[in-house]
Amino acid sequence: MSADRPAIRLTGLTKSFGGAANAVDGIDLDIAEGEFFSMLGPSGSGKTTVLRLIAGFEQPTAGTVSLLGEDVTDRAPFDRDVNTVFQDYALFPHMSVLDNVAYGLRVRGVSRRERHAQARQALETVRLGGFGDRKPGQLSGGQRQRVALARATVVRPKVLLLDEPLGALDLKLREQMQVELKELQRELGITFIFVTHDQEEALTLSDRIAVFNEGRIEQLGTPAEIYDRPLSPFVAAFVGTSNIFPDALSRAVLGRGGMHALRPEKVTVGRADAVPSTQRTAPGTLAEVIYVGSTSRLIVDLDAGMRIIALEQNDAHRVTEDERGSRVSVGWQDSDIVALEKATADTTDPATDPATDTATDSAPKLTTDTAR
Amino acid sequence: MRLSRLARGILGAVTGVILLVIYLPLMVVLVNSFSTSTSLVWPPPGLTLEWWGRAFQSEGALEAVLTSVQIALIATLVSLVLGTLISLALQRFAFFGREAVSLLVILPIALPGIITGIALNNAFRTILGVQLSIATVIVAHATFCIVTVFNNVIARLRRLGTSYEEASADLGAGLWTTFRLVTFPQLRSALLAGGLLAFALSFDEIIVTTFTAGAGVKTLPIWILDNLFRPSQAPIVNVIAVVLVLVSIVPIYIAQRIAGAEKVSR
Repeated sequence: MSADRPAIRLTGLTKSFGGAANAVDGIDLDIAEGEFFSMLGPSGSGKTTVLRLIAGFEQPTAGTVSLLGEDVTDRAPFDRDVNTVFQDYALFPHMSVLDNVAYGLRVRGVSRRERHAQARQALETVRLGGFGDRKPGQLSGGQRQRVALARATVVRPKVLLLDEPLGALDLKLREQMQVELKELQRELGITFIFVTHDQEEALTLSDRIAVFNEGRIEQLGTPAEIYDRPLSPFVAAFVGTSNIFPDALSRAVLGRGGMHALRPEKVTVGRADAVPSTQRTAPGTLAEVIYVGSTSRLIVDLDAGMRIIALEQNDAHRVTEDERGSRVSVGWQDSDIVALEKATADTTDPATDPATDTATDSAPKLTTDTAR
Repeated sequence: MRLSRLARGILGAVTGVILLVIYLPLMVVLVNSFSTSTSLVWPPPGLTLEWWGRAFQSEGALEAVLTSVQIALIATLVSLVLGTLISLALQRFAFFGREAVSLLVILPIALPGIITGIALNNAFRTILGVQLSIATVIVAHATFCIVTVFNNVIARLRRLGTSYEEASADLGAGLWTTFRLVTFPQLRSALLAGGLLAFALSFDEIIVTTFTAGAGVKTLPIWILDNLFRPSQAPIVNVIAVVLVLVSIVPIYIAQRIAGAEKVSR
């Protein structure tokens, strides 16, 4: 691994599909060899387009793509040492599983005996040893996923691109595949670039994450950096759930200027008359208690005029639904407050802003919660 | 879905009547091919195998069948190649005038045959200065046969999407290899369906053929029309018709089997 020869280097990468905004808007990015790199963002944020630009399925409007120090911007997909695992797997339905896996070797002119031997080996690696003679249509979703992995890795690409590969699988299978993906990457030692809109998946798997928003990288860092130190309201809200304090409320509640975020699991809720156990407290009224299994989500209307979400472990002292409407004291530590230095372009409109949604919505979406 | 007894009865009866209307006349032709009368009278006064024997010795009829098969085969082949190419161009590439070309390709099948016939006749003789021959008939037939191939192939390409082709390119295959190993196998049944239709269209075409056939080029439909009202030949026409019905069942049956097998394997 060397800094001057990254596996992938994107410089000023821009793609316009003719609309008002660029789908990809001037991305500069280095991805190191052997890295498990995730591109995380909502749909339409440009992450898949970046992947397709790296694979060569799209031509950039401006900028370059380099692979191990070599400019491949003008090369056709078949001329790049990069392979893709497609979202819909794209297994050839008329070929057997073995022929699918052997395809990349076949078009490289590898003899039938040799390519079948290698394909069988690759199928063993993904634990599908006996399935070579089947057609893709006879496999389950998880099995097809593994065939797609085997097919893309049997030719030993320098970089493997994965386009939401786990999106079509159910939760249990997805968690199992996450582990397998991580193991496979360690085993093969090739660079993985993983596109997903599932923040939990990105946090679990990645060495580094790039959070995409509107064609740009909003923040780049390790999972811990992204989760613990989000730089913008967008990242704070998209990666996990955050209580976001706009400038005025920051001054009123937190006692400091600028925009700030506070994770729900760092917020405590106690009776109004109890002795505070935290550095800071603010009075409010318990508006809603939502039971989520191991935790409860408490929604409190602060007297300062803002709604805050707290996540409490469900132990013996758990707050119950009966306590709705009672006066409470919300507490937190100063060190858990994160200053959002980078304002997201569209935060001026609270009605459509995803960042303030979580703090103002009376029924926050369960799916954005990391502590699920 | 469940239907009431009455509804089922009525729908069944209507289906029966429609099938009868379609197939009863064919039965009449079949019976007439064994009739002792030469003037298509019903019911036949007696039965004989004479016409069947004479039909297979009739040089005119056999030659016409051969001419028709030859024209239909070559026109179908031309349509398969050109229809596939134009479908790929229109479905996989963006270029100026794509919509216009798409319309112009389909138009010939909607044009009245007599117009196509006159136009091509003029173009061949006066503008291009070519002698009308069997080749001119093939070209004329290909202009509308291409449409059935085009329609089938472009519908299939649209349904397939580009992800298989992208996966193939991603794995290192060039354009031609991708077509040979991935796209073509997926198009096979569409090509068969389009090709069978094209063959059938060409085989029984009569109007355009009349205008574009050179002297002495006699396709089967033209031969039948010429001989239908000659008392000595009418029974032989019946025999030919029966043979054609039997022969055309085979490819349709095969096409259905292929379509059925495909559904199962998907």
